[in-house]
Amino acid sequence: MIEQLRNQKGYPKRIAFLILLLNPIATMLKIKELHARVEEKEILKGIDLDIKPGEVHAIMGPNGSGKSTLASVLAGREDFEVTSGSVEYMGQDLLEMEPEERAREGVFLAFQYPVEIPGVSTTNFLKTALNQVRQHKGKDPLDAVAFLKRMKEKMKLVEIDQSLLSRSLNEGFSGGEKKRNEIFQMAMLEPTLAILDETDSGLDIDALRIVANGVNALRNQDNATIVVTHYQRLLDYIVPDFVHVLYNGRIVKSGSKELALELEDKGYDWIKATADAAI
Amino acid sequence: MSKDDQILEEFTQSDYKYGFESNIEQESAPKGLNEDTIRFISAKKEEPEWLLEWRLKAYYHWLTLKEPTWHNVSFPEIDYQDIIYYAAPKQKVTPKSLDEVDPELLDTFKRLGISLEEQKRLTGVAVDAVFDSVSVATTFKDKLAKLGIIFCSFSEAVQEHPELVRKYIGSVVPQGDNYFSALNSAVFSDGSFCYIPKGVRCPMELSTYFRINAANSGQFERTLIIAEEGSYVSYLEGCTAPMRDENQLHAAVVELYAAKDAEIKYSTVQNWYPGDKDGKGGIYNFVTKRGICAGDNSKISWTQVETGSAVTWKYPSCILKGDNSIGEFYSVAVTNNHQQADTGTKMIHIGKNTRSRIVSKGVSAGVSQNSYRGLVKVLKRAENARNFSQCDSLLMGDRCGAHTFPYIESNNSSAQIEHEATTSKIGEDQIFYCLQRGIDEEDAVALIVNGYCKEVLNQLPMEFAVEAQKLLALTLEGSVG
Repeated sequence: MIEQLRNQKGYPKRIAFLILLLNPIATMLKIKELHARVEEKEILKGIDLDIKPGEVHAIMGPNGSGKSTLASVLAGREDFEVTSGSVEYMGQDLLEMEPEERAREGVFLAFQYPVEIPGVSTTNFLKTALNQVRQHKGKDPLDAVAFLKRMKEKMKLVEIDQSLLSRSLNEGFSGGEKKRNEIFQMAMLEPTLAILDETDSGLDIDALRIVANGVNALRNQDNATIVVTHYQRLLDYIVPDFVHVLYNGRIVKSGSKELALELEDKGYDWIKATADAAI
Repeated sequence: MSKDDQILEEFTQSDYKYGFESNIEQESAPKGLNEDTIRFISAKKEEPEWLLEWRLKAYYHWLTLKEPTWHNVSFPEIDYQDIIYYAAPKQKVTPKSLDEVDPELLDTFKRLGISLEEQKRLTGVAVDAVFDSVSVATTFKDKLAKLGIIFCSFSEAVQEHPELVRKYIGSVVPQGDNYFSALNSAVFSDGSFCYIPKGVRCPMELSTYFRINAANSGQFERTLIIAEEGSYVSYLEGCTAPMRDENQLHAAVVELYAAKDAEIKYSTVQNWYPGDKDGKGGIYNFVTKRGICAGDNSKISWTQVETGSAVTWKYPSCILKGDNSIGEFYSVAVTNNHQQADTGTKMIHIGKNTRSRIVSKGVSAGVSQNSYRGLVKVLKRAENARNFSQCDSLLMGDRCGAHTFPYIESNNSSAQIEHEATTSKIGEDQIFYCLQRGIDEEDAVALIVNGYCKEVLNQLPMEFAVEAQKLLALTLEGSVG
C-alpha cells in the first residue's frame, strides 16, 4: 500500500495523514479527569474528552456550568488553577506549556469578550502574532506583500472590511465586528485546534451566518474545532460531530448533533433534573 | 504573583544599554562655581565682553534664588560646589572634516547607533553632535549655508554671528526666569544655534545628539532657534548618557523664536541614564524650554519622548503672542524603578484666536512617580482663545504613581478650554489576549505601550519615530521573564 501511495502525486501529505490515522496520537486532544478552580471555588470537576483531527465538538450547558472555564484552561489563562487531571495535545502535555507556546503550537481561542488595544491596528497586531508563530516553526517572517496577499484572501472569508483592520484593535467595534475579527484572526493564523467561546453571543442572524461560514470554510481533515455555546442556534450553521452537555463542572451527556436539538426542545432543566437525580 | 507584578519585577532587571565610557582626555575647569569659573569658561570660549557680563549678571542673580520646591519630585540636596562646570575633549585643532575627528569619539557615536558618516551619506539629516560640551562635527553646513540657514554650535554662533546671539539670547527665557535657567545662563558651555531666514523652508530635519560623558561634569546646553517670517524648520534632539554612579546635573535652556507665519517643530528623545534599579545614580534633568510665537499665524510644536533621567523637571512651553498663533505639546514620559518625572507644559495665550493643544501620555512602572503639570493661561486680550488638553496615565503594577496637576487661568470669557484625563492599567486581559495569539509577554507589553503612545509618536519625524519605538521597547526589554 505504501508503494502504491509512493507512486502517486501528493505522497507526503497522504502518508502524513495515514500516519495520523494509524498512530496512537491520532487523538489531537485528550482531556482526562480535569479539575480546575478559580480562587477557592472548584469549577471543573472531572472533565473527560477526546478530540480527533477533522472533528467539531460542541460544548453546551447552562450558565455557570464551566464552559468558558474549560476554554480558558485550555488556552492557559492563569486565573484558573488546574488541581488535577491531564490534557494531552498532539502528544504533548498541554498544561506544561505557556499560553504563547500553546498558541504557537496551533491552539486558538476566539474570545467571548475580545479586548481592545488602543493604538494597535489589527493588521499590525496580526503581523506581530503571525511572525512570532512562524519564527517558532522555523519559518522566515512574511514580507509585506505576502502578508497583504494573505490578508486579502482571508478578509473575503469573513466579509471584513479593510478599514476595520486599520483601526485600533477592537476599539469602538460593534459586537458583531469584534466576533468577525476573531474569526478573521483565526483564518490568518490557521490553528490546529480552534476553541470558539460563545462566539454567537451578541450576534444578529446575518453576522452569525458570516461567522459560521468563515469557520466552516476553515474546517479540514487536519484541524479540529470546539464550539462553546449556550444556544443551539449556532449549531444550525456549524454542524458538530459531537455534542457534549456540561453541567456543574462535568460532562453529563454526550451525543450527536441531535442532542442539541433535543436540548433546545426540552431545555436545560431536563439535563439538570437527570444529572441531579444521578447524584 | 500576578502577571503585572512579574512584569514589574523583571522590569528592574533590564540594563541600561548605553553604559560605556570613552577614554578621551578632558580639559576641565576646577570643581565648583564662583566668578572665576565663569571667567574661565568665557575665556576658554574666547567670548566677547558683553557675553561674559551677561553670564556674570545671571550668576549674581542665581545667588539670590532658591532651588524650587513646588515640584512633585524629591532628591538629595545638590552640592553646586561639587560639580565640574566645564569639560572639553582635548583636541589641538578644530576638525575640518570627520576624518580629523578623534576615532574613539566617532566610535562612541557608532555604539550609540549614530554613525555620522552613515548619516551624512544616507539619511540627509544634518547632525550637530555635542560631545560633552563642545561640538565636534557639523555636517551639511555648506548645503544649508546656500539657503542662508545657519546651523552651528552655540560657541561658533557667538563668534560668527554675535549680533543675532546678542539680540535673541535670553529673549524667551530671561536669565532670572528660574533657578536652573539662571544657573544655565551663568555657566552654559555649548549647544546648538539655528537661524532660518525669511521665507526659507529648511529642506532637512536638523538633528543634534547630546551626550554626557565626563564624571561629575554638569552639562549646561543652550539652544537657540530663530525662524524668520514665513520660514519652517524641524529640529530633532536626542540624548543618551553613559552609566555613572554619581548623580549628574543637567540644566539646559532652549529658546525658540517664531516670527510671523513661521513654524518650528521641535522633537526630543531623551534617554539619559535613569539610575540603577535601586535608584542609585542617574541624571538630574532640569530643563527650561520655551518658545514664543511672536508673529501672527506662527506655530510652535513640541514633541518629546522622555524615557531617561533619575529626575526630570521639564515644561516645554509656548507663549502665543501673535494673533492666530498655535502652540502644541505632545509628550510621552516613561518612568521605571525609582525614576521621577514632573513634566508638562505652559500655554500662554496672549494674541487673539490663539489655539493650543496638549497631549500627554505618562507610563509609570516600578516604584516610579510620574506627574503631569500644565498651565493654560488666557490673558485679557486673547479673544477666542482655545485649548484642548488630554492627559493620560498608564500604570504598570501597583507600586508606582501617576499624578496630574492641571492649572487653568482664564481672563477672557470667550476662551474655550477643554481638559480630559484618564488613568488606566495595562490589563492582564490585554496581555493574555496577545499571548493567546502567540506574542510573547515582552513584545505584548511593547505593543500595548507603543499603541498607547501612538498619537504622540506619530508627531515625530519618521526616522525618529522608529528610534523612539525601539527605545520604548528597549526600556521594556527584560521586563518579563
